[in-house]
Amino acid sequence: MAEVSFKGVKKSYGRVDVVKGVDIHINDGEFVVFIGPSGCGKSTLLRMIAGLEDITEGTLEIGGRVVNELQPKERGVAMVFQSYAIFPHMTVRENMAFGLTIAGASKPEKEQKVAEAARILQMEHLLDRRPSQLSGGQRQRVAIGRAITRKPAVFLFDEPLSNLDAALRMDMRMEIGRLRRQLGATMIYVTHDQVEAMTLADRIVVLKDGEVMQIGAPMELYHEPANRFVAGFLGAPSMNFLIVDILDLDGEAATVGNQSLEPIRVATRSRPFRKGGKAILGIRPQYLREAPSGKGMLHGTVALAERLGSETVVDLMLRDDRELIAAFDEDKIFEPGDALELIFDTALAHLFPEDG
Amino acid sequence: MVINPDNYGLRLFVRYLVLCLIALIFIFPLVFMINSSFKPDSQLLADTSSLRAFLPVGDISLDNYFGAFQRAPVGLFVFNSVLVTGMTVVLSLLICSLAAFSFTFLRWKGRDVMLSIVIATLIIPFEIIAIPLLLLVSKLPWIGLNGLELGWLNTYRVQIIPWIADGLTIFLFVQYFKGLPGELIEASRVEGASWWQVYYRVVMPLSGPVLATAAILKFLVMYNQYLWPLIVVQQENHRPVMVGLGYFFQLNVAWGEVMAYLTLITVPVLIFYLFLQRAFIASIASTGVKG
Ligand SMILES: Nc1ncnc2c1ncn2[C@@H]1O[C@H](COP(=O)(O)OP(=O)(O)OP(=O)(O)O)[C@@H](O)[C@H]1O
Ligand SMILES: [Mg+2]
Repeated sequence: MAEVSFKGVKKSYGRVDVVKGVDIHINDGEFVVFIGPSGCGKSTLLRMIAGLEDITEGTLEIGGRVVNELQPKERGVAMVFQSYAIFPHMTVRENMAFGLTIAGASKPEKEQKVAEAARILQMEHLLDRRPSQLSGGQRQRVAIGRAITRKPAVFLFDEPLSNLDAALRMDMRMEIGRLRRQLGATMIYVTHDQVEAMTLADRIVVLKDGEVMQIGAPMELYHEPANRFVAGFLGAPSMNFLIVDILDLDGEAATVGNQSLEPIRVATRSRPFRKGGKAILGIRPQYLREAPSGKGMLHGTVALAERLGSETVVDLMLRDDRELIAAFDEDKIFEPGDALELIFDTALAHLFPEDG
Repeated sequence: MVINPDNYGLRLFVRYLVLCLIALIFIFPLVFMINSSFKPDSQLLADTSSLRAFLPVGDISLDNYFGAFQRAPVGLFVFNSVLVTGMTVVLSLLICSLAAFSFTFLRWKGRDVMLSIVIATLIIPFEIIAIPLLLLVSKLPWIGLNGLELGWLNTYRVQIIPWIADGLTIFLFVQYFKGLPGELIEASRVEGASWWQVYYRVVMPLSGPVLATAAILKFLVMYNQYLWPLIVVQQENHRPVMVGLGYFFQLNVAWGEVMAYLTLITVPVLIFYLFLQRAFIASIASTGVKG
């Protein structure tokens, strides 16, 4: 049993609040990813779980037990650091057995557990090396190995893959996914790579300036972002935001439009709007399609087109001089200056209040 | 840039030449000392006006060494110094590294103020506190083999204990510890290590370079002790080598014997240095800590 729950947790350094009252409940065996821009407090949250950082206010529970005052070793967690933090003066074997050695485990027990971890991570042949003789990916494996030998109830990862190159990152990402299925422990993973977040997470916690913006399954966040920040943060290229006039408002939908957008009806999702006011319309670049001349909802000219083979990303200039990105999932040729009309499924568009 | 091989070779040659000259300047007094220790006084003094002073020529013998042993209990003095120095170095590395560990990694009230005070003690010359310290140690109690005693004069402990902890050594350790990757310490904490275990399983094994530096500095200070043992040790049986040098400057000064004595007391320094150099290099090689 190892749920982790933050209840009204705050953290301040002197007068600076870096975590401003966070409530998160993580279930036993769940894989939760914390994501957010740099400096939003992801590492701070993780370090509070590990016991490396004091909690200024609120309570933190692990497995139903309040751990605010407990030492790191009393919490039953393991952590993998961005810098790997493996001990340079020990062999891989000694590194992986470190927690067991500290706990006074017997030699055969250590041997057996290290062997098992090494097998899971496919690094049996590296056990007698020193960290200086390993590549970055291998070092990260040692760090993960050290975490799994103790069989902790909760694993914490702080941007474990950010020091690796793209190809290795993908391998390790899959490996972590596999590990997760094998171990079934609660895992909390910090990253600012949204691919990692989308592929690994059961649920994603999006943070900004020390506050939770939204918690939910990856697709929930992608399709139903709670606010403009989450909408813009997830997805690549990121969502287009257009400033539109609210022409009409009824029950669940608003009619909006502007100079370059024909009036359309968009669901308000019970957000507050005012007729005659402004709103922000969010449309993902992938949802835009080319329309025959005269039939489009959006009108613009091509400023730049990037052909990536499997998709074409077009940078458009709208009539009101705002930019819009459209991503077509096929290889197409556009010339700068071409007039382009676009349509989209209005059910997939989001309307946000101007200040959210 | 194109490297002209000839020019490069020449520059290298000049560089080595300069280095050798500097090395020679440093080594001349030593060469003079060792050579002179084998010469009778008359020749020794005559040679000082020529380059012969640096060569083992003329009437070479071990007489000065026999003389030195007759004039002073050289073995006892060397033993005393090695004992006092060795004990102090070991205890100092232990105590100062522990203090620095606490200053660097533990959080307690008044820590930073305390550290500033410790570092501030660096600017106080020993001569200033010698007399107050003398008054203190002359009255301090001690529980020894014979039960409770009063006063520390004429002992080894009076030469050791006041020198164990000092601002410079603590400062050296603090600086080094601050440079260790903080995540290593945090990782060991999360893995379940107590602070004590962090100290001896992680921090100490990575501290080879600073241990060597601190040991060398402390060794030199301790082996060269003069003023302090002069005032706190009145009896021969606890006297160190530098105070022992005084035996050779009573009435008639035999320079050859002085040189023989100096040569003898230099030997432990060389042994210590060679040993440490080896340990130093080994520790860097095994930990992979660079810089
Ligand atoms: N010791 C400290 N004193 C003061 N402020 C701190 C301290 N440690 C962190 N902060 C601040 O707390 C905020 C959150 O830091 P944190 O390391 O949690 O960010 P993060 O989300 O992990 O960012 P990144 O993605 O860059 O790792 C930052 O604004 C940082 O400046
Ligand atoms: Mg961080």
